Amino acid sequence: MKHSRAKRPDIRNPIRSPGPELAGLTRRALLQRAFAAGALTVVGAGFIAAPNAAWALEVTTIKPEQMAALVQMARDIYPHDRIADAFYAVAVKGYDSADQKALVDEGVAALNAAAQAQGHADYVSIGWEEDRVKVLQAIETTPFFQTVRAGLVTGLYNQKDIWPLFGYEGESFSQGGYIERGFDDIDWL
Amino acid sequence: MVAKFELSDDSVVVIIGTGAGGGVLANELAQKGVKVVALEAGGRYLPEDFINDEWDSFSQLAWLDARTTSGTWRVAKDFSGLPAWIVKAVGGTTTHWAGASIRFQDHEWKALTNYGKVEGANLLDWPIDGAEMAPWYDKAETKLGVTRTGDRPGLPGNNNYKVFEKGAQALGYKEVHTGRMAINSKEYDGRLACQQTGFCFQGCKWGAKWSAAYTDIPAGEATGNLEVRERSHVARILHDDSGKVTGVEYFDKDGNLQMQKARIVCVAGNSFESPRLLLNSHSSKFPNGLANGSGMVGKNYMRHTTGSVYAVFDKPVRMWRGTTMAGIVQDEARHDPSRGFVGGYELETLSLGLPFMAAFLNPGAWGRGFTTALDSYENMAGLWIVGEDMPQLQNGVTLSETKDQYGLPVANVHFDDHPNDIAMRNHAYAKGIAMYEAVGATRTFPTTPYPSTHNLGTNRMSEKPEDGVVNKWGQSHEIANLFVSDGSQFTTGAAENPTLTIVALAIRQADHIAREMSAGTI
Repeated sequence: MKHSRAKRPDIRNPIRSPGPELAGLTRRALLQRAFAAGALTVVGAGFIAAPNAAWALEVTTIKPEQMAALVQMARDIYPHDRIADAFYAVAVKGYDSADQKALVDEGVAALNAAAQAQGHADYVSIGWEEDRVKVLQAIETTPFFQTVRAGLVTGLYNQKDIWPLFGYEGESFSQGGYIERGFDDIDWL
Repeated sequence: MVAKFELSDDSVVVIIGTGAGGGVLANELAQKGVKVVALEAGGRYLPEDFINDEWDSFSQLAWLDARTTSGTWRVAKDFSGLPAWIVKAVGGTTTHWAGASIRFQDHEWKALTNYGKVEGANLLDWPIDGAEMAPWYDKAETKLGVTRTGDRPGLPGNNNYKVFEKGAQALGYKEVHTGRMAINSKEYDGRLACQQTGFCFQGCKWGAKWSAAYTDIPAGEATGNLEVRERSHVARILHDDSGKVTGVEYFDKDGNLQMQKARIVCVAGNSFESPRLLLNSHSSKFPNGLANGSGMVGKNYMRHTTGSVYAVFDKPVRMWRGTTMAGIVQDEARHDPSRGFVGGYELETLSLGLPFMAAFLNPGAWGRGFTTALDSYENMAGLWIVGEDMPQLQNGVTLSETKDQYGLPVANVHFDDHPNDIAMRNHAYAKGIAMYEAVGATRTFPTTPYPSTHNLGTNRMSEKPEDGVVNKWGQSHEIANLFVSDGSQFTTGAAENPTLTIVALAIRQADHIAREMSAGTI
């Protein structure tokens, strides 16, 4: 009857850890440089990192600031407080590619312009989710927003590592189904 | 010994499609000694190949060739290239179906007579009735091993069913049980009993659910009279100067165009591909497509008045565990116009896994209103509405400007709800919500219809040639050796899941075709 508990997310792959050639981007260095930052932090060329340095994401084509905006946007579109940023980063990392660059350049610029029109410096620096949502609503009908949102439906929710956070157990065939494992174990009716 | 027939063999019956209609017809004819070539656009997948992962399975099995959509139905906006969630594989959508196997009610065979004229609807009586179909339903239930028919017991209820049943009883519903299902409650026909694994929609890895892919198809092949050519996409049906069909052109697995001669052609590609093929087969003799003298090919598309109700409770349900659809309330299936609509609907248990719930709970929605629903996924129960929708002339399949990978115009599927459909859906939403609230639901979600799984009516059966496409045997009014053998021949949709009726019609049609072949009339 027991079902599996939430596992720690595996961020080894496809989020790449800094290699030895990237001196200054060790966990400790990231921690120091990201210190006191509230949100995702741009750390050095081509990297963004979580404030607690639990993960970092290298970008090669788009700018780290753009990736930071995409990660924040992903969370604001489908906010789940128990899902770590790393999963949102995985869901949008595909935008770091040559064929997505124009979409990202234009889209993030429009996102920041919408933020500025509402009196903010830019999108990522807005402190309250409710205020960021108002900015997103201003661009909701754009192909950029719709592309990012639609991509997240599979990009986020089809990551098997987040399923336990929702209680979802995935396949059961390998364990013989639920015929002896609680298909009818509801006890509160 | 699996048969192999020559392309030039004009004594064979060619069947296009191998699902509930074509797959069953192929086997039934083969059992009677009739030589059959079945052309299947998809590949062959068996239980060991099925994938218990929603998106991976979807990529493996779903028909993903291009289609286009139009009309006011929400599917055209949210899933514009995916009007239906049906299968491209040997066995067709019998790999994906949930297994619900219920007979039409007697009054539903005569919708026009019993409901009267409904403005904007194109209702018609079937040229057959419940008495005519009863023995064929008996055979279909035996073939499929339907629970609660014969001496087969019902399936046990899972968590989702228990919530559903308690809510239904609280509302005073009487016809509430775990369904008549083509899923074994005990071993049957050499197949295992249900192991309560879930993922019924992704192909049953135990083979406990009936699918033509691993029952009728291999049984037919074992006779030596059936050759199934998979990954063979039929482009057009050919005819001679007298107007008789003579064979089909198809693209084989390597993309080469082949021509198979035939004595009889049976179209069973579902309610999109069957009319599309007839329309794409137009010629100087039949400029509007084959079998289309009435102009009814592609018209009167029906998809059932569907929708779902999901509900969140303060404690876990884990609805995904066990059989996906073993639960039904039939009290609302009656025809009772005092409810504000004609016809009726069934309520059936349903669950989706988390990935599909994210895609289908409220397509396009975002923000906390949506995500807090998913946060409670473990505490969710769900049901599906299946009701009779109105045939309407303008709903249906036409040839699109878009071409497929073979350069053939694809099906454009147009659909607008009829006011009767909307009234019925709203009634069903209210009842579903009331059921769950009676069990303590803290939040409910009247969920929009998914891409269609019940696709019906685009080559409908009619007494008079001017009202439809085929006669009471599924035989084209216009071309004696051309048959339609799938759900597209439905005159009206009734409230019931259609597969059992498609299978019963296919068994009956096989009997007719074999008899007429013996008599030399076709």
